[in-house]
Amino acid sequence: MQRIGVFVCWCGSNIAATVDVKAVAEAMSHESGVVYATDYQYMCSEVGQAKIRSAIAEYKLTGIVVCSCSPRMHEATFRKTAAAAGLNPYMVEIANIREQCSWIHKDMMTATEKAIILARAAVAKVHLNAPLVAGSTPVVKRALVIGGGIAGIQTALDIAEAGFEVDIVEKQPTIGGRMAQLDKTFPTLDCAACILTPKMVECSQSEKIDLLTYSEVEEVKGFVGNFTVKIRKKARYVDTTKCTGCAVCTEKCPSRKAKNEFNMGLNTRGAVYIPFAQAIPNVATIDATNCLHFKTGKCGICQKNCSAGAINFEQQDEIIERQYGAIVAATGYKPISVDKMDEFGYSRNPDVITSLELERLMNAAGPTKGTLLRPSDGKHPKTIVFVQCVGSRCDQSTKGGKSYCSKICCMYTAKHAMLIREKYPDTDVHVFYIDVRTPGKNFDEFYRRAVEQYGVDYIKGMVGKVAEHDGKLLVQGSDLINNEQIKIDADLVVLAAAIEPDPSARSIATMLTASMDTNDFFTEAHPKLRPVESPTAGVFLSGVCQGPKDIPETVAQASGAAAKVIGLLNKDALVNNPCVAHSDELICNGCSQCEKVCPYGAITYIDKEVRGPGVREVRRVAQVNPAVCQGCGACTVTCPSGAMDLNGFSTKQIMAEVDAICR
Amino acid sequence: MPMNTEWKPKIVAFCCNWCSYAGADLAGSSRLAYPADVKIVRVPCSCRVNPLFILRAFERGADGVILCGCHPGDCHYTSGNYYARRRMTMLFSMLDYMGVDKGRTRVEWVSAAEGPKFAATMNDFVKTITELGENVKLGDLRCKESLK
Repeated sequence: MQRIGVFVCWCGSNIAATVDVKAVAEAMSHESGVVYATDYQYMCSEVGQAKIRSAIAEYKLTGIVVCSCSPRMHEATFRKTAAAAGLNPYMVEIANIREQCSWIHKDMMTATEKAIILARAAVAKVHLNAPLVAGSTPVVKRALVIGGGIAGIQTALDIAEAGFEVDIVEKQPTIGGRMAQLDKTFPTLDCAACILTPKMVECSQSEKIDLLTYSEVEEVKGFVGNFTVKIRKKARYVDTTKCTGCAVCTEKCPSRKAKNEFNMGLNTRGAVYIPFAQAIPNVATIDATNCLHFKTGKCGICQKNCSAGAINFEQQDEIIERQYGAIVAATGYKPISVDKMDEFGYSRNPDVITSLELERLMNAAGPTKGTLLRPSDGKHPKTIVFVQCVGSRCDQSTKGGKSYCSKICCMYTAKHAMLIREKYPDTDVHVFYIDVRTPGKNFDEFYRRAVEQYGVDYIKGMVGKVAEHDGKLLVQGSDLINNEQIKIDADLVVLAAAIEPDPSARSIATMLTASMDTNDFFTEAHPKLRPVESPTAGVFLSGVCQGPKDIPETVAQASGAAAKVIGLLNKDALVNNPCVAHSDELICNGCSQCEKVCPYGAITYIDKEVRGPGVREVRRVAQVNPAVCQGCGACTVTCPSGAMDLNGFSTKQIMAEVDAICR
Repeated sequence: MPMNTEWKPKIVAFCCNWCSYAGADLAGSSRLAYPADVKIVRVPCSCRVNPLFILRAFERGADGVILCGCHPGDCHYTSGNYYARRRMTMLFSMLDYMGVDKGRTRVEWVSAAEGPKFAATMNDFVKTITELGENVKLGDLRCKESLK
């Protein structure tokens, strides 16, 4: 018979305001096996924990129940407390009477009754708890970073700096990501390429970093400390060891119809291309869908012109398999498609562009060599209208709108307006906004400069329609401050499109078994206290894949993720979760059903001499490898003979909880 | 202290640790109310829930049992919720034969980020169960019939 102690936490007033904690402790003291029950303001405090420790010693407790917040919050704390008092940490159960009781019920009687039932269920469970001992597995001292934008680059550089090997997998032919597309950055107006390219070069020169560009993650197996990842290196049809990056092939290529993704489709590129001058690695890539050689079998001009002999049309995709201790998701973002937002006429009119397109039009390496020209007729626009919050803070999800604030648009619109007024002072710039949000160091000062120093016309209100009118764009909007309708004849309309996670993030999250929110941003382990970790152990988050951020925030989070990875890789071994499956070999009939459902391949069959009352024979029985088992319990339900059970969540324990709740 | 005496449904909710239990926590920290009749049992994965657990609950007098797991494709253990879905489909097809109204059981997918969905799901389920009224304990069925 267990000797159980019950500790009811007030959590200040979080629990005590709606749950009569004394009544809960009193009710628990009458439960079978409970030898001690008490309450205290803060069980998680040092004093509270000391109370638990001394009660364990004084009353010779063999199991404890803490009625407090969610076990996701403090289960680990109280397990440590128990261990410090010499009690096996797995003899602790938590009754969640805060998140799932006091915080959602207002009536004290109702909440107290529920708290008593929840505590009773935990007591019933702890009666059947058994001491568990955790094993350990070694940590593979190598990290994988998925995504080679500024987030992935910074994370990889920091991990490499600490002396660990790290691979960057990037699906594009070059690292650099979205930041490489930008012209200037707010609020300093630094040139994006000038601050990004040194980091890109550092990545390629680091002995610790292996760049796997034009590659994609295909499969992820394993768990924290020991992931096995299959990576597909897509065929470039160019031998990267021979290519010198001279770019002769890119000029000679006769197929010129492919849209230049790097320039947001504003111009075209050859089928063999180098995305931009500072690309890392600086090698050409053949895009087989546009290449005449692959389409007709006739062309081979690039091969003839390549003095290095690097073109290889026979190249195949290559699958490589590597082991990693930690994985960082840095999959980034893309602007949403504004095609369905008919009022702006983006798909009808070439002079309605998105901000990222404007970024390319203003970039010296862009399609217009940095001169701001309208896409339709190549003329300099005299009146430019910016529209903010296009798809952000929007309830029109059918049109691709997002409920959240994209965070960066207010600042980059101020930047664009300022740069245009600086370069072309004769241009009229109008900005339609809902709210200007500029929290950040030197951000509001920057916006004020745009208004006060550069004379940008900010109009509070939304644009209702952009219509074509005498070769101009008639922008119809409302001015909410002066309460009037406004019409502006514009030459160029720039839409600050909302940003959304890169579409590849969803499949990567599935492979990593990392959770996502309803907008497909990765979920963090704790929204406040563990913002760079995924709830899946060993998976970390860097950059916009977790939520909208600007560059400084991305870099800060990237370094935070790196610090967490370094902390993990620095350990030689990790303590396993002992809540794993085990098979009772006396009952097991060797049917191998469990082996088939195990997602981890943790179950094998062995021929073993089984001994029991009146039994001594060699049988084929299931054996669980506790280092591989992750404790999902799929096998326990599959087992037809009931031989398989799960530590910590045994059939008897769950049944006991059900019984206690239904009592 | 005085206790409620009017009939309240007894509802057991099996929630997987990674998605739905976290979703319930989020509903709690967002102060989204749902009836106190729902009592959550934490399981590592929805695939840990043996159909027998659900029958056990009905045997012991539960009025409704709900199983919540990660959305299909999002299981922390890759495929556990698919096992759960198949097992529950099997169980549900037999419930009528066993004398349990089908409306008394449900499977729902609730992610860790879906606190509002968790609360809404529970509100709806409790409403359904309240309309169905008190359940007859599985073990008592035969006795009740013979008493007539």
